[in-house]
Amino acid sequence: MSEQFSIVGKPIMNAQLLGHVTGSTQYVDEISFPGMLWMKAVRSPVPRGKIRRIDTSKAEKLPGVVRIITAKDVPNNIHVNMAAIGIGPPDEPVLPEDEVNYKGEAICLVVAKDEETAAKAAEMVEVEIEELPPVLDMEEALKPSAPVIKKWGMNAFIFGSGMDGATRPGRPGRPLFLVKRGEVEIALKQADYVVEGSYLIPPIEHAPIEPHVCVAKPEPGQRLTIYTTTQAPYFVRDNVATILNIPPSNIRVVAPAVGGGFGGKVDPEFEMQVAVAAMCVGRPVKWRWTREEEFTISTTRPAVKIEFQDALSKDGLILGRKARLLHDSGAYTRTSPYGVIKATVNLSGPYYIPNVHYEGYCVYTNRQPSSAMRGYGVFEFSYAVELQMERDAKKLGIDSWEFRFKNAYRNGQVSATGKLIDDAYLIEVMKEAVALAGVSLPNHLLQMSSWG
Amino acid sequence: MRIRFRLDGQSVEVDVKHTETLLRVLKDRLGVGSVHFGCGEGSCGACIVLIDGRPRYSCLTLAGYVDGKEVSTVAALARDGELTEIQKAFVENNAAQCGYCTPGMILIVRALLEKNPSPSDEELFDALAGNLCRCTGYVPIINAIRSVIKR
Repeated sequence: MSEQFSIVGKPIMNAQLLGHVTGSTQYVDEISFPGMLWMKAVRSPVPRGKIRRIDTSKAEKLPGVVRIITAKDVPNNIHVNMAAIGIGPPDEPVLPEDEVNYKGEAICLVVAKDEETAAKAAEMVEVEIEELPPVLDMEEALKPSAPVIKKWGMNAFIFGSGMDGATRPGRPGRPLFLVKRGEVEIALKQADYVVEGSYLIPPIEHAPIEPHVCVAKPEPGQRLTIYTTTQAPYFVRDNVATILNIPPSNIRVVAPAVGGGFGGKVDPEFEMQVAVAAMCVGRPVKWRWTREEEFTISTTRPAVKIEFQDALSKDGLILGRKARLLHDSGAYTRTSPYGVIKATVNLSGPYYIPNVHYEGYCVYTNRQPSSAMRGYGVFEFSYAVELQMERDAKKLGIDSWEFRFKNAYRNGQVSATGKLIDDAYLIEVMKEAVALAGVSLPNHLLQMSSWG
Repeated sequence: MRIRFRLDGQSVEVDVKHTETLLRVLKDRLGVGSVHFGCGEGSCGACIVLIDGRPRYSCLTLAGYVDGKEVSTVAALARDGELTEIQKAFVENNAAQCGYCTPGMILIVRALLEKNPSPSDEELFDALAGNLCRCTGYVPIINAIRSVIKR
């Protein structure tokens, strides 16, 4: 192949490598402007509460403090990250108006001549919060007795009413994403074995070595340039335009090298605040998160709980699967409905299961919002599916390779969502993998193929 | 206080506060791009510089400490565009992805090899213990360093 192509099959150098080894790659932290101001947030000390009073008078008197920004300063405060693809309703404030929903949520912003002054003034802002009982566990959040933290009356996202970007508005929705095919209850009744399994994935912090950092610079004519460490410049542009109530074409987003993202820099989770501050003071404003903020405020991989009930025949086939997936969105929607859909439609893994009933719940809790991380949605269900495959094989008393070969998708079969499978290669991939791993498999497995 | 030091071979004079760290002075006052803020508490190694040839976390070093001293960053290693052996090895082994940890890694390796040109793996891992990388999984970095160790 390498003889036919000039690029394919040949190693090429990462274009940024020379910059990396000589220290000349530019990251956002190197960017500053004359007259630039610095920002720090006053953050909620509790996971849930009513804001009774914000007193900025002492902080404002500190020399060097330029302005303290609150919800009143945001033209269009309530937004939802993925509005561009139809996900709604808006449920997240740029700055909270009357309530906080996770520990560390930014209540107001202090803009000052330097970082130190901004930090000092932030500590001088007095916030009185009436603490409310938080919801911190997904199962608890779904119980009728749980405190409700969402305006639509329940701690779950409503799928199927147009809120998820995939269905028409106006239809009755339900608090779960449902994938149904065949008759799973009959399969469970007719099964020789029923194997249950429950799997938990904890929230995981991306922990890039470069913390979040952004500079917003107002330009003449209600325009704004935003220099930010982001994986998604267009999300930044669209969300900033929405909350500032200005056309997206007024905003230029400059995204220099990113010092690690892994999905943690997909959400525009701090650019909106910097943009509001810069527009309010009419000067460039920089916000550089601390390592502590990186861990406690920035998104994490969601906590996910997956439960399976597999119907197995004694000749080693999966006849049916009933599954329930809970995905912890944290306090706000962000990208979670998309993550839930992606995970729920794939709960069969790469295996053929004729009768399924999958329920995916996007659950809200009083925790820092979760979002994308490497293989968003996929990592979580793959982990659970493959552990369940091991558990099923053990119950059947057969080798788990044999179990996987038997149940792997064949071309011509139909997936849980009704898609005709025409690109199955799992059997071929497994054959290559066992060869590399030095595992020897019986001949009847090696003779199997994805085409028959 | 006014301090004077040499930065990558050039003399620098700057007014600093007693509480100001070298990292802040290098980045926010002198615009040095090759030294990076990662944690601010000496855990990640992104901010490492050489002070009189010895690797130091600039986030934990007060700026006043370098008065009269020589501070070197990765930016000064290449001479007339010619990369050093260790820089070349990082390029050849694709040992950087986002590149944020790379300057610190290269400086720590340089300091190690100057002291001990043929370190054992244990000595190498020990030297790298204070430098975190989240992209590569370390394997290409270790391969790059091994390729320049004389054994």
